Amino acid sequence: MINSPFVRKAASVQSVMLQVLLALVPGIAAYVWFFGAGILVQIAIASAAALAGEAAMLAIRGKPKAIFLTDLSAIVTAWLIALTFPPIAPWWLTVTGTLLAVVVVKQLYGGLGQNPFNPAMAAFCLMIVAYPALMSQWPAAGQLDFKTQLDLIFGGLRQVDAITGATPLDALRTALRAAANPDSQVHGLRAAQLMDGPAFGFLGGKGSEWIALGYLVGGLWLIQRRIITWHIPFAFCGALLVTAGLLWGVRPDAFASPVFHLASGGAMLGAFFILTDPVSGATTPRGKLLFAAGAAVLTYVIRTFGAYPDGIAFATLLMNILVPIIDMKTQAPVFGHKKD
Amino acid sequence: MLRKLFKFHGGVKPQTNKEQSTTAPIAAVPLPDRLVIPLHQAVGGHPRPLVQPGDRVFKGQRIGGADGSLSSAVHASTSGLVRAVAPAVMPHTSGLTTLSVIIEPDGEDRWGELDKVNYRSTPPDELRDFLRDAGVVGLGGAVFPSYAKLKPGKEGKLKTLVINGAECEPFITCDDMLMRERAGDMLKGILAMRHMLQAEEVLIGIEDNKPQAVAAVQAAIAASGQSGIEAVAIPTRYPAGGAKQLIRVLTGIEVPHGRRSTDFGVQCFNVGTAYSIYEALELGRPLISRLVTVAGNVNAPRNYDVLIGTPMDHLVRLAGPRADTDRYIMGGPMMGVRMPAFDVPVVKATNCILVGSEAMFPAPAPEMPCIRCGECAKACPADLAPFELYWFSRSKNFGKAQEYHLFDCIECGCCSFVCPSHIPLVDYYRFSKSEIWAREREKEAADAARDRFEFKNHRQEREKLEKAEKLAAKAAATREKVAADGATAPAPGSDAATPAKPAPDAAKRALIEAAMEKARQQKAQAAPKNTDQLSPDVQAEIADIEARREIVAKPAASPLPPQDA
Amino acid sequence: MFTALFVMTGIALVLGAGLGFASIKFKVEGDPLVDKIDAILPQTQCGQCGFPGCRPYATAIAGGEAEINQCPPGGEEGIRKLADLLGREFKPLSEEHGVEKPKSVAIIDENTCIGCTLCIQACPVDAIVGAAKQMHTIVASECTGCELCLAPCPVDCITMEPIAETVDTWKWRYPVFQIAPAALDTARQEA
Repeated sequence: MINSPFVRKAASVQSVMLQVLLALVPGIAAYVWFFGAGILVQIAIASAAALAGEAAMLAIRGKPKAIFLTDLSAIVTAWLIALTFPPIAPWWLTVTGTLLAVVVVKQLYGGLGQNPFNPAMAAFCLMIVAYPALMSQWPAAGQLDFKTQLDLIFGGLRQVDAITGATPLDALRTALRAAANPDSQVHGLRAAQLMDGPAFGFLGGKGSEWIALGYLVGGLWLIQRRIITWHIPFAFCGALLVTAGLLWGVRPDAFASPVFHLASGGAMLGAFFILTDPVSGATTPRGKLLFAAGAAVLTYVIRTFGAYPDGIAFATLLMNILVPIIDMKTQAPVFGHKKD
Repeated sequence: MLRKLFKFHGGVKPQTNKEQSTTAPIAAVPLPDRLVIPLHQAVGGHPRPLVQPGDRVFKGQRIGGADGSLSSAVHASTSGLVRAVAPAVMPHTSGLTTLSVIIEPDGEDRWGELDKVNYRSTPPDELRDFLRDAGVVGLGGAVFPSYAKLKPGKEGKLKTLVINGAECEPFITCDDMLMRERAGDMLKGILAMRHMLQAEEVLIGIEDNKPQAVAAVQAAIAASGQSGIEAVAIPTRYPAGGAKQLIRVLTGIEVPHGRRSTDFGVQCFNVGTAYSIYEALELGRPLISRLVTVAGNVNAPRNYDVLIGTPMDHLVRLAGPRADTDRYIMGGPMMGVRMPAFDVPVVKATNCILVGSEAMFPAPAPEMPCIRCGECAKACPADLAPFELYWFSRSKNFGKAQEYHLFDCIECGCCSFVCPSHIPLVDYYRFSKSEIWAREREKEAADAARDRFEFKNHRQEREKLEKAEKLAAKAAATREKVAADGATAPAPGSDAATPAKPAPDAAKRALIEAAMEKARQQKAQAAPKNTDQLSPDVQAEIADIEARREIVAKPAASPLPPQDA
Repeated sequence: MFTALFVMTGIALVLGAGLGFASIKFKVEGDPLVDKIDAILPQTQCGQCGFPGCRPYATAIAGGEAEINQCPPGGEEGIRKLADLLGREFKPLSEEHGVEKPKSVAIIDENTCIGCTLCIQACPVDAIVGAAKQMHTIVASECTGCELCLAPCPVDCITMEPIAETVDTWKWRYPVFQIAPAALDTARQEA
């Protein structure tokens, strides 16, 4: 028998996920504009793989398929994978990553709502450890036409090194390390001067800064729709700015500017779409602030001192581990038990 | 006048659906054929029945007397004949029965003698007893006996008396209509409460979606010429009418769970309670009727002045239920309880009968797993983490649930209302709470049983000891006596070489004989029991017991006085 | 050589003193395990487990002399709690010790009672009042439903009545979890 409340708000997991997908659209549009339509193919491949993996696992686990396949949670994971993987990654790389995310990281932990790790980020980490070269090859904006992209994705053309380079984050780090070397031609140049190359735009990578802006717009819309709260994006961006600002302030020649960090790589995607994943993230307001700030510091450290092109994925997983204790320690005082 | 208002966390804004039932004025209800008045209608002890089947009762006659330290009387709602005092299905989700007085109205609706009381010249204790015997309880739905709340705190006076006219539940408009039509009399009740509590100020909180009620109350205050009373329009947001939430909105004070609000200088009463206090004190009428909203799946939603005990279907019929009606809900859609039958009686807690159908209140979509989105935490007016409570309740980890303040939950339903996974969160909390209470009851019973068992063992030990001591003393006495006998009359033919031996022999023999004699006596005593026509098993048992009887101490038969049944 | 000896002796003395101090300071009164087990047992004192009361059974469990599934009044839930506490495997209730019954109280048929006091002696919790050749009555609130009074009664005037549910003892049921079974079935069929 059904008990009170007898009325409910028209809300569903499906509508939440749908709004997240819609919020990704501006970023994707910028992606297509600057890097070509290949990303749409990647999104399609990832989505299909996610649905197939989810359907198979649901069948094995004896769970109702219709309701869980249409909740769109697997599609969100798929899109995040497509958007964080290189756009010219071969199709099998995307498929393997997506299957790992959906089958291992999500379904084997119990499916929707049960996974302790962000599936997309876990897949990214696994793939970058397994295929570091393939996961680090990024084309520059406007460099490849759609045909070439398709060839690359579907394996027709595989001289990747010839036509792609590192991400702006990678490029700047390499350049900064070179600048520190007295024998180098670029010795003594500051970060701002190093960013004068063709890969760079106004703030971050050429083109990618506009994608970041698209994510920002979508993310703000999610906050306005009350799908996510301001805590995680604010704390992430704030902590990233502060950490980057501190080191940049001390040695502007050796470190990239805070704005560059914010506009590059997956910072915006991470702040509004990845860290805000409710299932694997912190849930209390204070916990969210801690969780996101920790992720920002880790991201900065991995970006600046590590060897991987971006730090978001590892930072997210590391912070996911801490979520239970963060949540436990940051429970807000309840009504009437607050200290004034 | 602008007053600084405070906010409570969370809350939701469901469709209010209040316009439909406020177009027509409050209506009277024709007498039903039968009134079923449950004796236990309020928080606290079960009142004891004061009438018997066949008794004639007057309207307002007390039929259930308050019993225990917290209890409230119950009265006949009309004059008539007591048909039965028997268990009847009560308006409760469980569908269980409770002892009720069933009255057949005689149609005369004749009042008995009415005692009025002047509250200004009566000592507070007497006033409280008067209100207890008038059956005045909180009419907002919690039915807590009002007399118990009409005690000022330690200081002997109260800072703020909060009157709850917020009525935040959708569909319900009985408080709204009461304030519109009876604001003057309600105010008299409020003044009486203010006097009893020595309250400095009175704040009447009314949600701002009831401008007519606010205006009516303000007009009544102006007409009374009293100062320090204010009708305050508060923002419409469910559950602003929760006592704690309303106190928070009006005064900024948060009363924690388990604490009395008088300790914080505030007390909160419903407007309907104020009106019934007016009726009790100034008219001498006990609480025998209340306003009830009939809304939902009916053609003419409206408010009625209803006698307690009126069967719900009798009332709903007046409003014209639609054909697809399949349920009555007592209360509103957020916190109401589904009735087990259509003919359950209206009780003091019935503020609304929400007539429902599958089309009007469709079953929620299938339950999905929790995605920890935190919507429920955003909506919780008690600042809880509802999804954490859900996890703990679901896994029956009750200790952890209590650690996360399960009992601070007021079951307002906001979390279930917003949950995108359609989880019946409140049902999990209700389950946990009742399970915890049951376990506490069981634990108390087990502890009591352990204590009693240990005491019984201890007592038996002691009795055994006492018995042994007594026997030893007796044996010593006997031995002395025998020894003395032996000394005065030594056994003839005794050998000089063994002079001491026969004496102990004789003593032993004497002891055995004494014991056997006693056993014979005991057997004679125990024998006349009706031992004929017993099964061999029982006989064996009896034999066994008889054997034990000789060993076991006689005082073991408890010297407790006979108990009359 | 001697230095080493002195050092070793010194260490031995210090550690020994520490251990001795700890054993006094952190001395555990009684056997806490028995108390914990006893707290789980329902305290009916019925003896169905084969021990004279709940505490002796608790002691036997703690000593490894008894299984955890010998207590019918505690039922399955009790066995689960014991299994949790002791880290043992859950076992269904042992049949030789009885079956789980709804909680009941004993009722004396007062017309038949002959006042023999046998039930009073049998009652482990003194829940029966009466005197020789006087009618006996059970104090229902104290009765644990152990049934020990049934057997001694020579006239079989004691019966067990299940305790009826009242609004005060009524419990909300566990919410039916997950998607409707029908949906699950179709999913299974599809699969």
